[in-house]
Amino acid sequence: MSEPSAQWWLLGLAVAVTYLWRGLGAMFSSRIQPDGPLFQWVSCVSHAMLAGLIARMTVLPLGALAATPLTDRLLGMAVAFAAFYLGRGRTLPAVVAGVVTFSALTAFR
Amino acid sequence: MVSAEEDSVTHEPREVRRRALRDALGLPSLILLASMTGFGSLARESGLSLGIALGATAGVWGLPGQLAFAELYAAEAGAFAIGLAVALANARFLPMAVSFLPWVRVGLTHPSRLYAIVQLLSLNSWAAGLRAFPRMAPELRRLYFVVFASVCITSGLVGTALGYFAVGALPRPVALGLIFLNPVFFAMVFAGARGRATLLALGLGAFCGPLAHLLVPDWSLLIAGVVAGSLAFWLSRPGVPRG
Repeated sequence: MSEPSAQWWLLGLAVAVTYLWRGLGAMFSSRIQPDGPLFQWVSCVSHAMLAGLIARMTVLPLGALAATPLTDRLLGMAVAFAAFYLGRGRTLPAVVAGVVTFSALTAFR
Repeated sequence: MVSAEEDSVTHEPREVRRRALRDALGLPSLILLASMTGFGSLARESGLSLGIALGATAGVWGLPGQLAFAELYAAEAGAFAIGLAVALANARFLPMAVSFLPWVRVGLTHPSRLYAIVQLLSLNSWAAGLRAFPRMAPELRRLYFVVFASVCITSGLVGTALGYFAVGALPRPVALGLIFLNPVFFAMVFAGARGRATLLALGLGAFCGPLAHLLVPDWSLLIAGVVAGSLAFWLSRPGVPRG
């Protein structure tokens, strides 16, 4: 394990590389015409990236979740979507239903 | 549950501040409190100090990057590997900032302030902002965003500290549930999305994300985003037959 000062150095690195994307986004945003095709393309890319991230976190998670069965994660997600559409688009009950389903499945394994 | 009052476009800063507080203090701060509790306990187990955990929440302010940071630190990965993993996990901030900042730029006297404002951006404030902005005067959207995001960051910091001290006290299914909360909540944010281009981008992205991860783990998000996003953009351009 590294020293505390090494932790701060690594944190600085993590903050800097994350800000790089934000800063570049700020730079580009002032040169892009909203409603133009370039703007719509960027919007498509950001939605695709976020959906890809969600699917990756569910299907191929890193860390502690990787030790849980895929079926538990898929069932939790399916219950959340079902609750979302049955509840006419209410987010809170859907999230609770999905997470509780997943936790319960994990607890009874 | 859209009332007549919510449908109208407001020009009142006080009303905008009230809406931002109301929207943020509901589900978003609850979710952030819970999901950052998951991060706080992971940070503790990874051997990070409380200051570092809080610094990561406020400074990185993007959970996938924070998780990569804590997990790779625990695995004693080198600085280059940690930097690259965090950068690639958070690459979404570039297109998110480009598609969000034009909304909050109106009336900004010092354009350089955009570079400070962008640090507050997260998935929650991005989604909430895009939903709420059409109902307020353009020059008030920045106020909404700053108030909303500040509440979110505060909840995130409280959650991080809670998780840091509660680790070990949480039963395993609960701790796992808190981590699983993130993909579920993110998915619900987009479950109600509309528009052909957006739906195509979401569907193709969800398909390409895990696939790209199997082929090129490090660059998967970037590749999946650009490939699926471009395909969605191309398929939904005017002139392409629908159906």
